[in-house]
Amino acid sequence: MTETLTLPATRRRRPRRRVNRPLWIGLTLIGSILMLGVLGRLFWDTGMAFPAEAPPNLPPAGLTNTRGVTGTLAHPLGTENSGRDMLAVLIVGAPNTLLMAIVAGSVSTLIGVVLGFVAGFSRNRADPVIRLVSDVAYTIPPLVILIVVQSAVGEVGLYTMALLIAAFDWPRPTRQIRAQVLSMRESGYVRTAVMAGASPAEIMFREMLPNLLPFIAASFILAVSGAVLAAIGLEVLGLGPTRIPTLGTTISSAIDSAAIFRGMWWWWGLPTLVLVVLFGGLLLINIGLDAIANPRVRKEAGQ
Amino acid sequence: MRGPSARYVLRRFVIFLLTVWVSATIIWVVPRLAPGDPVEATVARLIADSGNFPGAQDMIADWRQRFGLNDPWPIQYLRFIKSAVTLDFGYSLVSFPTPVIDIIARALPWTIGMLAIATLTAFSLGTVVGALMAWDRTPRLLRPLLPASMIFTALPPVLAAVFLLFIFSSLLGWFPTMGAFGRRETPGWNMDFILSVIHHGTLPALSIVLVSFGSWALSMRAMLVTISGEDYTVLGRAVGFRPGYLLWRFMVRNAMLPQLTALALALGSLISGAVLVEAIFNYPGMGTVLVGAIRDQDFNTIQGAALILIFTAAAAVFVMDLVYPFVDPRISLEAR
Repeated sequence: MTETLTLPATRRRRPRRRVNRPLWIGLTLIGSILMLGVLGRLFWDTGMAFPAEAPPNLPPAGLTNTRGVTGTLAHPLGTENSGRDMLAVLIVGAPNTLLMAIVAGSVSTLIGVVLGFVAGFSRNRADPVIRLVSDVAYTIPPLVILIVVQSAVGEVGLYTMALLIAAFDWPRPTRQIRAQVLSMRESGYVRTAVMAGASPAEIMFREMLPNLLPFIAASFILAVSGAVLAAIGLEVLGLGPTRIPTLGTTISSAIDSAAIFRGMWWWWGLPTLVLVVLFGGLLLINIGLDAIANPRVRKEAGQ
Repeated sequence: MRGPSARYVLRRFVIFLLTVWVSATIIWVVPRLAPGDPVEATVARLIADSGNFPGAQDMIADWRQRFGLNDPWPIQYLRFIKSAVTLDFGYSLVSFPTPVIDIIARALPWTIGMLAIATLTAFSLGTVVGALMAWDRTPRLLRPLLPASMIFTALPPVLAAVFLLFIFSSLLGWFPTMGAFGRRETPGWNMDFILSVIHHGTLPALSIVLVSFGSWALSMRAMLVTISGEDYTVLGRAVGFRPGYLLWRFMVRNAMLPQLTALALALGSLISGAVLVEAIFNYPGMGTVLVGAIRDQDFNTIQGAALILIFTAAAAVFVMDLVYPFVDPRISLEAR
């Protein structure tokens, strides 16, 4: 941003303090899911997220279900058929899903950054190998492999699932970062640094990495979003962690119990709504980061 | 127009083979690394189901012998590769006398048909919408509609399927809730059957189209923004071509190339999405086969279905790669 300050004043009609609106709305949405998890634990009994802790099949407070039972404030969002309180399920499940996705996203982005840098830097030695491997890995439908792996491994915990998902989601960040490193190598300031005698490590960490940060962040958000997607997929197929409530396992049990046709919309609808907020938030953050990382988009958005 | 160079085709074919081989190997290795013994687990399940179960130890030993689990690993591996190449995945453990390949052969056409129609619809719709979003002459009336249609992009296909099922099947009752055709129809080329298939396939296909056309539109729009500044576009405008001609012939045509690349790359995740949507709608494709096999711990079927899905994805990408040089002749020159 420093170079824009030196522009002549006449070219600047209004002070350039444009807020990156998509980024902030996105962060707020994700933040509100985190707050639900943090504040909810303080004010609500999360023990009710487990079966038989509440009367089953209650509608949300004030509504009456097909059998004429009216929901009460004791379970404001209703309960499902094994007697879990939906509010407690959301308070426990939403952060679980988010946490799992963040772990998976961090691991796959880290692998992507390392491999992408190695491939982009040593064009003649490691690059063809890494490119071939990531081309191959990219073609494999990740969900299909994950299905086999998980059904063999059996019951998994949150972190095992995160690592499994990350193990099949690194090719995308690797390809993206490799492409960026390759184009950055040719840019003026990197060439200048090379001519000034900077060591490869200096070029990587001082020149390139800081400039790539918004890009890596965007890649990370995409990986998180992909991890949620993979997790939901596995959980809907009945392969997720069964003992810990997450958004996906809740939707999965709702579908298995035909909640859609029993009019129990709160059972599948509420976790889906949280997921919509989650995906929407991640998408907005990504659009916002894109505006920072990609000057062309920034210019266009400013028109 | 020259075809792709031999080197290019060879590289693509190697990638295709490697993809299938690597995933087959993962599928073989992982269950062996995983804690627990599938044979013991299955017998334990039988014991749990039937209560008293004499001779369990003999049964375990017998099964190990029959499945060749006592042989050295390299031999087991070679046998697995042979069965994968010959498409002989053994029998389904649950619906016992049926070979796995028969179950797959019945399910795969449904998956491929539905996925192909949904993907082509989403791709063409997204390309047109994206082009209209970037065009400066798009009618005023259409303008707000376009970004509004993007909201579904953030959703995974499964969730869209759940929503559509709730609104159009449960609340409105316009579409059937499960299956691929009505119970009373006899499969074949008669009008009733075809209409029934369309009626049943609409919601599953729609859930894929709804969530995926937005991303095609977004990338198309981004591409057109760049292309509208290119010299040849400026020249075309200066020469005085009609705006519509300029849009479709100059801009969209050039933007199609990266779009096609993206389509090839997206196939893997498209298949994943379709599998899940099928599971929701009980559509008789690979998704439903997988769900059933997972529920029943029918490992032969899971392995076979997974391998065939991976093979399908890799083959589709390979075909796309072969077609691509005809669309963009520069590709085979670059791959020298």
